[in-house]
This record gives sequence, structure tokens and C-alpha cells, in this order.
Amino acid sequence: MSALISPPVSGGAGPLVGRLLRSRLAAALTTPHGVDRYLERLNPMWAAHEVRARVVSVHRETSGTDSAPVATLTLQPTSTWRGHRAGQHVLVGVELPGSAKRHTRAFSISSAASAPGERFTLTIRAHVEGQVSSYLVREAQPGTLLHLSQAQGEFTLVESPATPTISRLLFITGGSGITPAMSMVRTLLRDGYDGHAGRKVTFLHFARSPEDQIFADELAAIAAADNGVDVHLRYGDQLFSEFELRRLVPDFRDTDTWLCGPAGLVELVKNAYADPASRELSPRLRMEFFKPAVARAAAPGEEVAGEVSFTRSGATAAATGASLLEQAEELGLKPEFGCRMGICFSCTRTKTAGTVRNVLTGEESSLPDEEIRICVTAAAGDCHIDL
Amino acid sequence: MSTETLSTPLADEKYHGLTAEQIEQLGTELDALRQRVLADLGEADAAYLRKVVTTQRKMEIAGRALFYLPVVGWLPAVACLSVSKILDNMEIGHNVMHGQYDFLGDPAFNSRMFDWDTVCPGEQWKYSHNYIHHTFTNIVGKDRDVGYGILRMDPDQKWHPYYLGNPLYAFLLMTFFEWGVALHDLEVENIVSGKRKLSDNKPLYPGLIRKIRRQAVKDYVLFPALTGPLFPLTFAGNAVANLVRNVWAFNIIFCGHFPAGVASFSEEETANETRGHWYLRQMLGSANIKGGKLMHLMSGNLSHQIEHHLFPDLPARRYPELAVEVQEICERYGLPYNTGRLHQQLWSVFKKICRYSLPGGDAKVAPVRGPGTVTEDSLAA
Repeated sequence: MSALISPPVSGGAGPLVGRLLRSRLAAALTTPHGVDRYLERLNPMWAAHEVRARVVSVHRETSGTDSAPVATLTLQPTSTWRGHRAGQHVLVGVELPGSAKRHTRAFSISSAASAPGERFTLTIRAHVEGQVSSYLVREAQPGTLLHLSQAQGEFTLVESPATPTISRLLFITGGSGITPAMSMVRTLLRDGYDGHAGRKVTFLHFARSPEDQIFADELAAIAAADNGVDVHLRYGDQLFSEFELRRLVPDFRDTDTWLCGPAGLVELVKNAYADPASRELSPRLRMEFFKPAVARAAAPGEEVAGEVSFTRSGATAAATGASLLEQAEELGLKPEFGCRMGICFSCTRTKTAGTVRNVLTGEESSLPDEEIRICVTAAAGDCHIDL
Repeated sequence: MSTETLSTPLADEKYHGLTAEQIEQLGTELDALRQRVLADLGEADAAYLRKVVTTQRKMEIAGRALFYLPVVGWLPAVACLSVSKILDNMEIGHNVMHGQYDFLGDPAFNSRMFDWDTVCPGEQWKYSHNYIHHTFTNIVGKDRDVGYGILRMDPDQKWHPYYLGNPLYAFLLMTFFEWGVALHDLEVENIVSGKRKLSDNKPLYPGLIRKIRRQAVKDYVLFPALTGPLFPLTFAGNAVANLVRNVWAFNIIFCGHFPAGVASFSEEETANETRGHWYLRQMLGSANIKGGKLMHLMSGNLSHQIEHHLFPDLPARRYPELAVEVQEICERYGLPYNTGRLHQQLWSVFKKICRYSLPGGDAKVAPVRGPGTVTEDSLAA
């Protein structure tokens, strides 16, 4: 274990070393590269600013009759980890073997709120087309190194880690959307929430099948215990219905609710939370979406159909097959550019979702959060560009 | 030769008699070559870069540490630090900032985030180098690397008595090369000629000053101070290491475009260029240096300047393998492949610097030669 938890910047003489490594002096001596660029050569778990983690253990969650198994990874972060609030997610960068490329994806944290430098868990479903999730679920082993962001996101429980002051809580989740809600319930129970004094928690979850149910044993234990947490699990065809929710939580529109799941579930719940007269959403409903799905790309040779969204400016246009730079300019945007032939990288931007085609190579890519040179890239279907 | 004939488009001669179709074919072949390498990028490239970075970091730490050994440590310290700075600037910095390793997805080697150990802010260099120089390579009046706005390196640059100082300016540029590169982006010559307003430089000052301050504080204040009574020795050692890097970088870079036989182009000739023409201009406008593995490493593979200019965003470690095919292509198309040993290319550059300090100069391109032969000085004509 000590091999896993060896950052020099924590424990014992740690705070002093940590302060020194984060000092202006250290930054000045290591300019322009920075302290971490030197520390990482010695030990990837030594860091002054960046966050990395080692996988401590891998636990298989579902029995795996389906093609999308789920696993929980326990991570030991570097001492630079500032901890997380229940419900937050983290960006995980993984170098996939064979390609040497680092891919970055967001995953919700499933364990209770963590303190700086403390271990936490990610519960991940291996999606069929998800290179990163498949790798993490099927191939990550104790010792595997991951690159992390700090925890982020506002889909959280109240700030205080202790029992919340709000009277009643409702979680509605679907599929792997259960993870942030699980982190919240675990935090409540760990921090002494006992469910009495009228502070009930209702946990309503939709899964494809009992075999697909993540955290089944723990949920059963929570349901059985005398803690004021009601657990309702629905499988297969049992879709969300407003009628059923009203039976479980009569005043649901006035109850603090956390909703996380696939687009279909989110739509149904939003309908239920809209005021029948004004159609306004109840402010008590907090939501976290999975990345919005974008339409599939045109097959090679097929005419390009789709919408280009420049997300920062809010401008959109139908994909024409022209380069994204030209499309942006037609919309009156003024993105930075240089050679307009793909060599100088001045126009590099992040494509957050969708499919694009490199006009020089014909190569198509659907990776999320990918850096592209917009002067030699055209939309090959719906796509979102951070511009 | 009169200046009128110099500015006449010399298309046919300049492109070595290639037809438009042949130039397109050449472009297709080079695109295919590029594709093949792109498809093959992976762990070996990442491993190579990380190995070079590890070596560079070790050299730097060793260099900084050796300054604590007075007398015996000084020379090895300077040597280590010089090697560290050369690797940092050339095989790592120059190539990473070209986006060669963006495909790794590693922020440490991302062209948008990387900065190098010289006073020129990477951000500003990328504009003048990656965009201006690599797009308008050897187009007199557009490529500001032709003479760096200080020297006369081409007959198409109008002579002025100022240029009598060419050799002196070149010597000063070599000595203070990192400063020359840093101030290059201010485009002083364009301000003097009225093409640029002084106020256009305003946005550049904060970044430039910040970078200069950081580099100076590190090399000339903090590290010397940390060696206590050895302050003057460490200070001098750091200055010498920077100087060694400057001299080396200047020489490598001047061998890339200025040896005899390298073609320059006019704006008229290159208007409406196709991709094939662009490739051709990169080949005819660049020159290589022959040498062993160490030469290639220490020059950041700019000893393969021709391959670098054809494929600026492919990892430089691929240039040696690409060079074999590029040379074969040149042979088939009857194009010159300008290469020579370091001393030969340097001598050629030196002669050019001296020759163009005086008026005139022959704009004619060197005639087609067999591949691989050292180009002879066409200026003698």
C-alpha cells in the first residue's frame, strides 16, 4: 500500500515539501515548464499542481449477462486532489495501450464526499462504442495510472458534509445515472443521517434488468435498514410515470429532487415537473444530463446532412461540406486562423461532440472533446464546436 | 543582370520544367507519403519524445548541480546546460510547438500549451514561424525569415548601403540569437518601412516582458544566487550555455534555407499556388545537413529541413525515414535535393552573407543537378 500512497507532498514532512513545491521560487526555478514536468519524471504520483491517481482495486458490479458490464474502480489520488462534494464528476485521462493517445472522459464519482488526498471510487459502465469506458472496466488493474481533473460540477448535495437542513430529498435516476445519487446517499448515511425527524429520502431508480442493477446488495441493505431511505427499483418496461411518482412523493414538485439519467427519462421527468399551467420547470428539480446525443454522420459518399453548432457564440448552420472555418466566417464569426491549409495549428479548436471529416485525409472522427484544425475539417453530420 | 529580369516570373525554370500535371502528381505522392506516416503514429513516437525529454531534464539537473563544484565542475556544467537548452529548444520545443505531438492528447506536449527555454514566448513564435514562415516559405517580402529583417540574403531584397554590415549583423544575430528570435515578432523592419504601426506591437509587450523576466531571473539571478559565493561563476556559466545554444541554433537554422542552390520566390510567382506547387516550393526552398544520429538529434532533425518543410506537423523522428523516399521522388522528377555536410552548408551560407552585403547578385536558380550532390555556388555565375 505504501507504494501506492507515496506522494512526498503529504504526511510527515509533507506539508512543508508541498508548500515548497508550490512556491513561487519552485515555479521560477522550473520556468517555463513548471514543477510537475520535473516531478513526473521521478514518480508519476508526485505532483505539485496536477492531479493523477492510481487504481487501487477493481470491483465488478454487475453479473455481466449483458454486453455492458459495470465496474467500480477505487482510486488513490495524488495529494493535490482537493476532494469532492457528493454528486460531482471528474475528467479522467487514460493512455490507451497501442495508440499512446490520451483520451479524456467525464465520469461521476460514486463514493461519498472525499477530503483532500482521500481515496474515492468511479463506477463505470463499459459502453459498446466507448473506448475509454471499455478499457477502464475490462482492462484497468491495480496500479494503472490515470490523469485527473479536480472534481467539478454543481449537481451536488448541499455544501455541508453533515446532515442536510432540507427536509426531504428525492433522487430519480436511470442506468449509470445512479452514480452521483449514490454518492449523495452514501454521504448522508456516512455522516450520520438517520432519516428521522421527518427527513425522508426517496430513491427511485430505473435499470434495464435486475442483472443490470448496479449496487444491488448495498441498495437492498439501505432499503432494509431503519434509516428513512425508501428505495424503489424499476426494471425493463416499467417506465417513469408521473402517476407513480405522485403516489410515492405527493408533493414532488416542491421537493428537492436530483435527476440523472438517459435523455428519455429526463424528458419524462421534466414533463412531470413542469407547472401544468405555465409549463415552467420547478426550481426544485436539479438535473445532470449525459452528453447530448448527436445524429450519426453521413455514410461516405452520402450527402452531408446535419447541423454545425458553434457552442460558445450560439451560432448554428446547416453543414454544407465546407470547412468549419469557412462556415464560421459565413456566420460572421471571426475565429483565429493562419495558413488555411492545416499546417500551422493557429485555428485549432475543440470539437465537443459529433462527427467531422478531415478534408485532406478524408478521415472521419466522432471522438468527443477532440482538438481539430477547423481550416481543414468539415462537419460530417451534427457537430458541436467550442467557438 | 538587371533588376527588371529578376522580378520576371521564372515559373518554368524555377519549377525545373515540370508541367502542371507533374506538379499535381508530385503533390499526390507526397500526400500519400504523409498519410502513411500519419496512420502509423503511435507508441514509438511517444516513447521517443519522452526519452528525449528525460535526457534533457537529466542534463539540466546535472548542469545546475555541477555548478556547485568550483573549478572542476564548471566546464561540465556548462556543457550539460548547453545540451539541455539545445534539446529543449530544438528536438522538443520547436517540434512540439509545431503540433507534431498534439495527437498524444498529453497537455505536457500540446502545441497550445508548451513553452520553451528561451526568451521568445512560444505563443508569439508560433505565429511568425508556424504560420508566416511555413506558409510563405522563401517568398521574398512575405517570409520574414529571409534575412530576419536584418540581413540581405537574397538578390530580390533591394540593396542599401546599410547592408555593407551584413557579416557583422549576422555575427551579432548569431551571438544574441534568442533575443533576435524574441524581437523578430515585433517586425521592426516593417515599422521602419511603414508597413506596420508601432501600436500594433502593444499586445505583444506584456507576454514578451513576462517571458524575458522569467528567463533572466532564472538564469541570471536565482540559480547563481543558490550557489552562494559561486554566484559570478554560475552566472557566467549560464550565460555561456545560452550563448552556445544561440550559436548552434543560428547555424543550424541558417543552413536550412540559405545555402547556395536554394530557390527563393516572388509574391507574383506564388499567387494562386496549388498544393502541389506549395510542396514543390518547400522542397526547392529548403536544404538539409548530412550527418549521424547525434547531428539529427541536436538539430531537432532540422538537418532534415526539406522533410520538415514538407511535413511540418509530422513528428521529427520520422524525417530520416521520409528523407529516403523524398530523395527518391526528387530523383524521379529531376529535382535538386539540396544537402551537404555541416561545414559545406555553413561555408555556402557564409559566402552568401558576404556576397549580398554588396549590390546585385544573380537571381537565377541553380540548374537541375543529380540528387544528393552538394550544390555548387550559383552566385559565381
